[in-house]
Amino acid sequence: MLRLEQRQQPSKLMLYLTPVLAVLTTMAVGGLLFVALGIAPGRAIYLLFIDPFVDRYNLSQLFVKASPLILIAMGLSIGFRAGVWNIGAEGQFIMGALAGGAVGLALWGMTGWWILPLMAVAAALGGALWGLIPALLKIRFNASEILVSLMLVYVAENFLAQMVQGVLRAPDGMGFPESRNLGRNEPTALPDVFPALGINAGGVTMLVLLTLAFFLLQKHALGFQIKLTGDSPRAARFAGVKPGVIITLCLGVSGAAAGLAGLFELTGAAGKLTIDFPLGYGFTAIIVAFLGRLNPVGILLAGVVLAGTYIGGENAQFMLKLPAAAVTVFQGMMLFFLLGFEILINYRVKRLRRAV
Amino acid sequence: MDFSSLNAVAMIVLLIGAATPILLAAIGELVAEKSGVLNLGVEGMMIIGAVTGFITATTTGSPMLGFAGGALGGALVSTLFAFLTQYLHSNQVATGLALTMFGLGLAALMGRNYNGIKPPRTDRLEVPGLSDFPVLGELLFSYDPIIYFSVFLVFAVWWFLNRTRGGLVLRACGENHDAAHSLGYNVQLIRFGAIMFGGACAGLGGAYVSLVRVPQWTEGMTAGVGWIALAIVVFASWKPWRVILGAYMFGGITILQLSLQALGISISGAYLSMTPYIVTIVVLVIMSADRKRASINAPACLGRSFHASH
Amino acid sequence: MSVLLEVESLSKSYPGVKANDEVSFTIQKGEIHALLGENGAGKSTLVKMIYGLVKPDSGAMLLEGQPYAPPKPSMARKSGVSMVFQHFSLFEALTVAENITLGMDDAPNRRELSAKIRAVSQDYGLPLDPDRLIGDMSVGERQRVEIIRCLLQNPRLFIMDEPTSVLTPQEVEVLFGTLRQLSANGVAILYISHKLDEILALCDHATILRHGKVVATCTPKEETATSLAEMMIGGELDIHIATTFSPGAVVLQLQGLDMQSKNPFGTSLRGVSLALRKGEILGIGGVAGNGQDELLAALSGEEKVAPAMIELAGEGIGGLGPNERRERGLLSAPEERLGHAAAPVMSLSQNAFLTGRIRKGLAPNGVINARKTNDFAREIVKAFDVRTPGVQVAAKALSGGNLQKFVIGREVLQAPEVLVVNQPTWGVDAAAAAAIRQALRQLAADGAAVIVISQDLDELMEISDTFAVLAEGRLSRPQPAEGLTVEEIGLMMGGDLEGANHAEA
Repeated sequence: MLRLEQRQQPSKLMLYLTPVLAVLTTMAVGGLLFVALGIAPGRAIYLLFIDPFVDRYNLSQLFVKASPLILIAMGLSIGFRAGVWNIGAEGQFIMGALAGGAVGLALWGMTGWWILPLMAVAAALGGALWGLIPALLKIRFNASEILVSLMLVYVAENFLAQMVQGVLRAPDGMGFPESRNLGRNEPTALPDVFPALGINAGGVTMLVLLTLAFFLLQKHALGFQIKLTGDSPRAARFAGVKPGVIITLCLGVSGAAAGLAGLFELTGAAGKLTIDFPLGYGFTAIIVAFLGRLNPVGILLAGVVLAGTYIGGENAQFMLKLPAAAVTVFQGMMLFFLLGFEILINYRVKRLRRAV
Repeated sequence: MDFSSLNAVAMIVLLIGAATPILLAAIGELVAEKSGVLNLGVEGMMIIGAVTGFITATTTGSPMLGFAGGALGGALVSTLFAFLTQYLHSNQVATGLALTMFGLGLAALMGRNYNGIKPPRTDRLEVPGLSDFPVLGELLFSYDPIIYFSVFLVFAVWWFLNRTRGGLVLRACGENHDAAHSLGYNVQLIRFGAIMFGGACAGLGGAYVSLVRVPQWTEGMTAGVGWIALAIVVFASWKPWRVILGAYMFGGITILQLSLQALGISISGAYLSMTPYIVTIVVLVIMSADRKRASINAPACLGRSFHASH
Repeated sequence: MSVLLEVESLSKSYPGVKANDEVSFTIQKGEIHALLGENGAGKSTLVKMIYGLVKPDSGAMLLEGQPYAPPKPSMARKSGVSMVFQHFSLFEALTVAENITLGMDDAPNRRELSAKIRAVSQDYGLPLDPDRLIGDMSVGERQRVEIIRCLLQNPRLFIMDEPTSVLTPQEVEVLFGTLRQLSANGVAILYISHKLDEILALCDHATILRHGKVVATCTPKEETATSLAEMMIGGELDIHIATTFSPGAVVLQLQGLDMQSKNPFGTSLRGVSLALRKGEILGIGGVAGNGQDELLAALSGEEKVAPAMIELAGEGIGGLGPNERRERGLLSAPEERLGHAAAPVMSLSQNAFLTGRIRKGLAPNGVINARKTNDFAREIVKAFDVRTPGVQVAAKALSGGNLQKFVIGREVLQAPEVLVVNQPTWGVDAAAAAAIRQALRQLAADGAAVIVISQDLDELMEISDTFAVLAEGRLSRPQPAEGLTVEEIGLMMGGDLEGANHAEA
């Protein structure tokens, strides 16, 4: 018999080990799953988990995919630390792309270095405003930010559909519901910085913001207040923390980060606004945030791992004719295992000898 | 504008069909939430139900076995969530999201050889004489058995929750798990059961999508219905009968939108599609604003992890 | 009358405390028996053993001559022993009838139960509508639900834990009527309280506990409040040791402080007034739940009130938050160490930052100065002899006494103008308690003003210059602690706000 016994102190070792354990278990169980489904497990696991990190071309794609995930996850992690559950990053991502994209389209034909930064500001504002709706409703009316932010994803998706069929539709697009291609228009296209590494201007911005987030959480009094609110709301009140300020801040920052990510995706990888523009990064980023233990450095690593599974998934789709959605099975499993193993942080497994 | 093509009776019949998957998933989630569990994995359980139901039906040739297979698939996959949240005390929000992703992926893998196949036909339940009766016959007696079952299920859930001791105990767990525990009830086990019921209902709803609504298997075919079901539960303020109202309203909007598109009024389609979500937010705000009322409507322990102290 | 329950030398120990030490007493059929004692005297442990919630280490019980050792509450209920707790286990969103059903082991069907509830509640003068939601009911009405739930199971022994702490005086009268009627019907009642007047008015016999032991048994009708208080406190109350008390100017003034309690089970503050001078230690006594937590919240700034209700050095600060008050020199330490005064999973260093940020300048421009923060944490650990492997250890890993020393030390070392502490030595071993008291006295000697809220009268008498009592959210007039008699304190606890015939401070 095995039984769980509470630890005196949370285990630091387990805190860092559980994400690794989760990834390894996912690979092992994923292999078994492939066997069960009649798919050769070795090659599938290699394509999904190893190839993205060793193949040169894939490596250059890795960071392109990882950047938006990390950026969104960074914003979300700040909220999760404070116990503010923004799960509508997907909607904030869309609204950011729409706001930034609208600015870019409005300035179509103009040139200047300032256009892209202006679009970025608009995107951050768009995402932040979309995130502040649940914040306001939470503070003012006590409405669950989980459900409101989630509902707003669908509002945003429909709004996007409306926009690309309407005012943002490309005038020369032969009636297709899509915008002009901002990625192929010099003033609005996201410039590459280190093409070999797949680091574009969005990636650089992400790294800068991630450093700032690290500083905020580790060194700044505000970060302390955020962590304190999540850990012990009553002690936070005693320490003079105002809950409304924290909620506003968390949803605002995560919304802005998601909005920025949306703009970088739009002006980089996607190029134009279409109905299929959202790829679910807003949801995958939740896994990134958890797998990274809500810690900026961890999120950086976790973002790369999950971006790898996206690329691996595309490869597997191409080479093994696996469905595109197959990759989410691994993402979901990873989060499952992580959440399950988390009990090892506060408990240890003890073997129980049966009394004679 | 020509509205003559919008036959009211035909639209109601269509609406009920469109609403049934939502209704099934929502009534299941309602039971889980009444026991204090917020399971954000409805979408994942539905798609699993869609694929297992589809596979069962095409393999056996029996749509009824298919529905059973869907319910079983949904219930089985929900045990992952139940085990993690109830016995390993994992965060319900994160675990639910994991379940949704896992389900979407697993379903895609399981169904990869079933694309483009037609499932066995689910017959309508014909009542000789009555089904051919104009208007009323069409309104009341032109449906497949699952539609009748879904309405029956709402009644059964209402009866169970409000008229039986088991339902009372389940609600008690959702209201105050510590008090329920101190009165000697096994909170974790009761919640485990409620989660599995939710899974079975979502799975059945999913099977209805793949066997009746579409009817075939395509990846991601539940297309957010699970999330809508979650919203419906809030919209219904956790009352079974209002779940019917909410689900049929959503169904109505879907059908109206399709009909308007058919009439060439496609511009408002997207706005129309977002109205249910906005309505849900508005209802949520109205219900939450009065904190005292909100605390009586929503299960007080919703989403909170229960640790038995001894 | 014949004996219903015999308790024979029950003992129960918890790590570090002997909660019950060879406790013996008997309850007669149909009598109202008081269990009297200060907080921590061992009353709750004793009744939990009788109700099957806690297993005794040794000793035995006899119920009507038969061995009685309930393994769990449902067995106790089967034997005819039921209990109404201080904090109810009720479900707000369920109706009265549903709540009662859940607590019954063999509930009849709805209609029958509703009829029964109506009948029993009418009989005992506690009218209840079975279909009402608990959430819509007052605290007093909720207690009725608990009582009716017990009565429906036809108990022979009925245990009530501090039942009147949540009731209005009118409701208390109704309750007493019910209890007398029950007693007349042959049901024995074990009544736990430390309200002396209630026991005088209601009880046939009293068993008095102190430090886990039975120190006296008596017939209340033959006693006075004073004599009961003496038995409860021990008669050995350390009458104040004279210290050189030369008060300075008034620093903190409360004027008619009214505050609605946020907690539905809490006590609102009503017209609390006091003037605290430099170098003064004001001890505030009283039974728990009479507004102590609320007073601390009002003073710490967690709850805001009208600015003029609290004046610090002549400035109205009632509307300021905790950090603004800290800036001005008003510091506080709440009763609950983990989760209120300190964040459990955060390190000692982070917990030092929690309140020390402002006065110690630990985050100039918002950036946390880690070195300074660690130094401050180490200073607390050293000065207050906190036993810990280091300042990076999580707060919850420390023992209660060590964490308490840390929490008090954290505030004392910030050199407050005014320090408010609630239960500074609750659950702390004697050596640590002495150290904490010494530190508070030193703080006052250095010119700060201190308010000590406590339920330990010995402690208050030892430490205070002036003394007052909180009773039902009202504060008695503070007066010099020196020369106060046990009788006077007993009267104040009974609600005499003017403090008898004692001269004004």
